[in-house]
Amino acid sequence: MLEINNLHVKLEEDDKVILKGVNLTVEAGKVHAIMGPNGSGKSTLSYVLAGRDGYSVTDGSATLDGAELLEMEPEERAAAGLFLAFQYPVEIPGVGNMTFLRTAVNAQRKARGEDELSAGEFLKIVREKAKALKIDAEMMKRPVNVGFSGGEKKRNEILQMAMLEPKMCILDETDSGLDVDAMKLVADGVNALRDAGRAFLVITHYQRLLDHIRPDVVHIMADGRIVKTGGPELALEVENNGYADILAEVM
Amino acid sequence: MALAAQKSDALEARIARLDRPTAGWTAKARADALARLSSMGLPGKRDEYWRYTDPAGLNLAEAAAAALFDAQGEAPPFDGIDRLKLVFVDGVFDPAASDDPALAGVEISLLSKTGGADLHWAQGLYGTLEAAGQSPVARPFAAMNTAFATEGVMIRATGRAAKPVSLIYLHKSETSDAILHHCIKVESGAELTLLENGPAAARFSKVMEVDVADGGRFHHVRTQGRDHERRAITHIFARLGRESLFKSFTLTANGRLTRNECVIDLTGADAVAHVAGAAVGDGDFHHDDTVFVTHGAERCESRQVFKKVLKNGATGVFQGKILVRPGAQKTDGYQISQSLLLDEDSQFLAKPELEIYADDVKCSHGSTSGAIDETALFYLRSRGVPESTAKSLLVLAFLAEALAEIEDEALAEDIRSRLEGWLSRHER
Ligand SMILES: Nc1ncnc2c1ncn2[C@@H]1O[C@H](COP(=O)(O)OP(=O)(O)O)[C@@H](O)[C@H]1O
Ligand SMILES: [Mg+2]
Repeated sequence: MLEINNLHVKLEEDDKVILKGVNLTVEAGKVHAIMGPNGSGKSTLSYVLAGRDGYSVTDGSATLDGAELLEMEPEERAAAGLFLAFQYPVEIPGVGNMTFLRTAVNAQRKARGEDELSAGEFLKIVREKAKALKIDAEMMKRPVNVGFSGGEKKRNEILQMAMLEPKMCILDETDSGLDVDAMKLVADGVNALRDAGRAFLVITHYQRLLDHIRPDVVHIMADGRIVKTGGPELALEVENNGYADILAEVM
Repeated sequence: MALAAQKSDALEARIARLDRPTAGWTAKARADALARLSSMGLPGKRDEYWRYTDPAGLNLAEAAAAALFDAQGEAPPFDGIDRLKLVFVDGVFDPAASDDPALAGVEISLLSKTGGADLHWAQGLYGTLEAAGQSPVARPFAAMNTAFATEGVMIRATGRAAKPVSLIYLHKSETSDAILHHCIKVESGAELTLLENGPAAARFSKVMEVDVADGGRFHHVRTQGRDHERRAITHIFARLGRESLFKSFTLTANGRLTRNECVIDLTGADAVAHVAGAAVGDGDFHHDDTVFVTHGAERCESRQVFKKVLKNGATGVFQGKILVRPGAQKTDGYQISQSLLLDEDSQFLAKPELEIYADDVKCSHGSTSGAIDETALFYLRSRGVPESTAKSLLVLAFLAEALAEIEDEALAEDIRSRLEGWLSRHER
């Protein structure tokens, strides 16, 4: 589903190189995890895939079901089925959460040539999904992420994902800052979406989340590259011994 | 001396072709206004109060031509709102296009037709608040308006007006130069909503004197028309009695020059005055909000909320002052002026001022100027919202605080949809 080949990325502003040849293939129906020390380029990878400004791709490619992602506008990538749950969800004063969600859902439907949802249909679906994530109606009325706690912001990301039903979901440290109960809610939300046609790329520091969302493949990222790939046991190894051993072994 | 002579020559030229009635109930007020105008002269760029806005286009003896704007089938503002319509074409009242001015709770007459004993209230108002508003800052165009106005409406609300009174200003002649002067009296406990829309003329001068008695409530919502080449100088002079309410909102979309002055005098305790504006300008657009709020009584609340969205070299100006007089304790004054600059060619000039002579007051003011939030824009786009829609959402969010000053939901929705229309037409 997602294929990243030899991806090299530097900052547009200065010449700092962040990604130094990332290779990664995520198949439909699978959950891949990326772990790695702070500053290794995990968020940069997710931003570049989602189309954020400020980076320049100097080499390599990334495709989603064969379509060249890096040529598309961010909204086109979203309509093509890519979703990024942000490490730091953005606050947007003045834009209601509900308005935002409905605009997003209908824009994607329109881009795909589907009918827009009526206000009634939309409300019904959003209520049900919000309830599962314990997001109350009052939170939906507030401006996007404004005044939300860290955990509420992360749950709101998962709600957006559930509403948009993307096929390639990237979660950037969605577990950070969550207590055990909130993490369980988030994991349940993700697991509810798992199916044969959908894939996940879960960026995390902790085994904790991976206890709830069982990955098929675990990658270790360091200094802008995937340096090791293995099964779920690799995450346990990181949990027990940190990155030092793995990094020493591959460097 | 040379300068003074030059100034008075310019004034002579400016008013040479204007007509001032010397008989009738406004004659004295007009003569007094002319005397005020003569002593002030026309404003120049060197005047402190006109530092950011060049009055040249307003000083010219003849109005520069302004091409007529084609709305291309777009419904006019307030279309779906039940209201009493009074239509002016290039400043001339059009009875055929207007509704019968009969409305429960309200007396309506025209400046040109008014006379007789029933108009004591108007006689006490015409030119009175304007004259009071000439200090501490001179407002020569307002005095000129009082002296030479050709038409206007005199509205007296004695109860709760059954529906809004809607003044519609059509612009049909490319060189029209209109001067309207309205007087509005909201009697004790009465309530009136006044709507205004349209460009009115190639050059438009308007004064509105609003006297809100104790416990009266006055709501004002206006849109100033999309004609790109029009020029307008407008003044609102409001005097508020005890526990009265005054709320004014203005939407301005384009216009080569707009100067909206609003002078509010809170004279009775516990009065509330909110004045707000949203201006969106693209290209050759200069928009100036000049506001002066005087707290002269205890426990009054005032809010000034002005937001401007500027692009392609548009200019926004805000000059706003809160003056708290000695004894006006427990004043609650708030002022915010902000601009969203959609490119680097546009500019915003702001002069927020506070002058406070009472010790137990709460006054705050702020002024900012900034670009669109790129992080928020990316977040929206990453959810599939197209860039143009995302920008519109952010622009509307920016304007939200000003729009929130419109109390009536239907009117607020009307204004919001006009803004959405403007934004979609001005994406590039
Ligand atoms: N916009 C930016 N400006 C400056 N440095 C950046 C920027 N984005 C990323 N970096 C740098 O790139 C490196 C990788 O960052 P990031 O992708 O956030 O890592 P991770 O998510 O793995 O912690 C870090 O050294 C970080 O400081
Ligand atoms: Mg990160």
